[in-house]
Amino acid sequence: MAGNETILSVENLKIRFRTLDGIVDAVKGINMHVKAGETVAVVGESGSGKSQTMMAAMRLLASNGEAAGTIDYRGANLLNLSKSELNEIRGRKVTMIFQEPMTSLDPLYTIGNQLMEPIMRHRRIGREAARQEAIKMLKLVRIPEPERRMKSYPYEMSGGQRQRVMIAMAIANDPDLLIADEPTTALDVTIQAEILNLMADLRKRLGMSMIFITHDLNIVRRIADRVYVMRLGEVVEEGDTRTIFSQPQHPYTKALLAAEPSGHKEPVPKSAPTVLAGTDMRVTFKIGGGFLAGDPVYLKAVDRVSVTLKRGQTIGIVGESGSGKSTLARALLKLLPSEGAIQFDGRSIEKFDPAQMRPLRKQLQIVFQDPFGSLSPRLTAGQIVTEGLLVHDPSISGKERDRRAALAFSEVGLDPANRNRYPHEFSGGQRQRIAIARAIILKPKVVVLDEPTSALDRQVQKQIVELLRDLQKANNLSYLFISHDLAVVRAMADHIMVMKDGRMVEQGSPEQIFDHPHEDYTKRLMAAAFVDHAEAKV
Amino acid sequence: MTDITASHAPVVGRSLWADALARLKANKAAMFSLIYLALMAIVCVFGPYLLPHPYTTIYQDYVRTPPSLSAYPRPDMIETALQDVVRRMRADLEEWHEQDERVFVTVSSAKAIDDRVVRYLDRSNTFNDARVESKSPDGLKLTMSASIKKEYFLFGTDNTGRDLLARTLMGGRISLAIGLLAGFVAVVIGVLYGATAGFAGGKTDEIMMRVVDILYSLPFIFFVIMLVVFFGRNFVLMFLAVGAVLWLDMARIVRGQALSIRRQEYVQAAEALGVGSWGILLRHIVPNLLGPVVIYMTLLVPQVIILESFLSFLGLGVQEPMTSWGVLISQGAKNIGSANWLLLFPAFFLVSTLFALNFVGDGLRDALDPKDR
Repeated sequence: MAGNETILSVENLKIRFRTLDGIVDAVKGINMHVKAGETVAVVGESGSGKSQTMMAAMRLLASNGEAAGTIDYRGANLLNLSKSELNEIRGRKVTMIFQEPMTSLDPLYTIGNQLMEPIMRHRRIGREAARQEAIKMLKLVRIPEPERRMKSYPYEMSGGQRQRVMIAMAIANDPDLLIADEPTTALDVTIQAEILNLMADLRKRLGMSMIFITHDLNIVRRIADRVYVMRLGEVVEEGDTRTIFSQPQHPYTKALLAAEPSGHKEPVPKSAPTVLAGTDMRVTFKIGGGFLAGDPVYLKAVDRVSVTLKRGQTIGIVGESGSGKSTLARALLKLLPSEGAIQFDGRSIEKFDPAQMRPLRKQLQIVFQDPFGSLSPRLTAGQIVTEGLLVHDPSISGKERDRRAALAFSEVGLDPANRNRYPHEFSGGQRQRIAIARAIILKPKVVVLDEPTSALDRQVQKQIVELLRDLQKANNLSYLFISHDLAVVRAMADHIMVMKDGRMVEQGSPEQIFDHPHEDYTKRLMAAAFVDHAEAKV
Repeated sequence: MTDITASHAPVVGRSLWADALARLKANKAAMFSLIYLALMAIVCVFGPYLLPHPYTTIYQDYVRTPPSLSAYPRPDMIETALQDVVRRMRADLEEWHEQDERVFVTVSSAKAIDDRVVRYLDRSNTFNDARVESKSPDGLKLTMSASIKKEYFLFGTDNTGRDLLARTLMGGRISLAIGLLAGFVAVVIGVLYGATAGFAGGKTDEIMMRVVDILYSLPFIFFVIMLVVFFGRNFVLMFLAVGAVLWLDMARIVRGQALSIRRQEYVQAAEALGVGSWGILLRHIVPNLLGPVVIYMTLLVPQVIILESFLSFLGLGVQEPMTSWGVLISQGAKNIGSANWLLLFPAFFLVSTLFALNFVGDGLRDALDPKDR
């Protein structure tokens, strides 16, 4: 389907950043081209320079970065154009959508305003005409009731809808080339599928080219004609999507393709003792209310859900964002007020106050999703890992604490010599290992894993999944594994619960849920997540 | 960056503070300002001890002398000073000349002159080491000699003949001390109060912040006048008044920060570990607050110095003969037409110090929040 005319060609592009530690080469002389009407995917893990290449094309590099080489758009080198010449192309002929739909729309203006502004600027048409055009665009990206939505503010829309608005803004001026930087990473699986379909459809209808930056190979397989694989600032392999997937040449590409989490977990014997059990759990949030604020609104985040976690078992809890899965886990650990009975090790703990809970905290640990936010930036990794010992084992000496920190570091596969470094000096995967070390140093019985792999690249994800499995075997841990990534859940869990809107929709063994789902919602979830596998097998 | 790429690395980590310091060092304006401030502090603290003129001493012969790099007295001033002294001796000036750094004066009178009149020469600010050289046999004519006291007034003198350089340095001492101490008081109260309110949240937070609102609504000048009326004017009161007003801003800023830090996952993680409230407050919340606090403090100090100057300008601040930059500027403003150096020197000191503080504050902000640039 690719046309013959090359509309964007990148030649010998080098990008470097001046930092305090000297010059960092982010992109080391790459070549790339995009032909009219084709979809090109750029794949690589974070830090491979894939986003910076596109930022350079849009001339949006951070102030300490500089680009050398040429990025040629229909005969004009984007790197040398004057500001006004650049603006003729940028935002009109070449447009971009970003990863984070929550922050790339201005919260102070209505959707309509934000859509109309670029249309008026680039096409030099009046307000009313621009308004009509904007409504047409919203219809095109399938936003329901576009006339009414024109007056909405970004906070009134969901993540998926915001991303649709972003797409509408990007295509409003009939661009030649749309650059999409991980446009679906922040979205739920079902919505992700819808957005991808929408983009593929729009590309066909409008006849534009698309560059798709992603680390998710499933998306590449679904949408791209050609693929560039990037690693450490270099293009290591390029070719047709089909060729790349069927006959990868470079070892790195092979590793990427093999990074899909695999394996499954044997169910625990029926006789295994119950460690943690919640019966009829309910969590209600009060929104608003108070002095002069009117009546509060009550939101049932978790509505009568029961969980029984056995020793050595891994329960996977899946569902979209807002389905109450994290809330349920936090309530079970008594980090949130809830109703319903909670039993831990045969004791009823639902009435325990924080002081009574403190000794039990040692055995109930949690690992959070965001490895950047869950480690205090001002403490060293060693201090973070041993903080729990300060509370639960105050008698041990500083030296002993340090020894145990080193031990925990090697247990999670980190070099103990690095324990005096600060979190910002570690990569995402290493940070998640630190967070895991912090949980297991206390020898817990139950660990809640709240999306521990969602913020990580596929390869790193696989390593973390294996680490968690090894730790479970070594210490006979019980996991509550929360995730919206069904592939990871399938590899980790021996029992799965599907949640939606605070209720449990379905539960059962992985085979049951993945291969023979009963409920419509589960079926939809599976369809969205595994459509490519089905296609690939065909 | 992946696990594979970033392994073999130095053992000792570089904290965010070390990072910030490195960034600050790269900022020339901020570093220059820091050095300038350090020099200013050293000069103001130790300068008055090294100067020949105490800041309280009145030189009657040198009222409103303009600043000069050469020594006083000038020849015409010697004449005036001599005439003045001789008048006090109740004698007439016959003749005077200068020789070998000494002046020789011959006076005459209708009555016999007592030798002790030579003391009048000593009492003058211009001469010392006076002695009788010769006396006419009838005692009606006396020749005395005295050495000339050389005085340097680099910044000139004020309306009552006090050395402006000594007074400016003294004023700097007071202004910097108030700036730092009241700033410090405001930061300590503000951080503790704000962090507690932000961390406790709920009703405690509501009540604590309403108290702040009430204190905000008191007019500052009215508050200071009340304090002065009840306790009289003194130095400690200045700290109290300024500190009591400025911690409110600090408390609000810190509370906002604490509220957002409290929702960070690392605080939740600490809660899940069973860390108590104090542990969380001291180990997690306060250290992560310090960045904005340090920045705000560099902006607070100039504010305090200006407030003190303002109060002193209105006559509610420090009392004579003690002085501050604000007092000096206020006096200088009254004499702007006839003796502009009285305004220029203290004003230059104050303004350059405030500039430097603002540059440092700016530099710190950039160093601590590199993303905000």
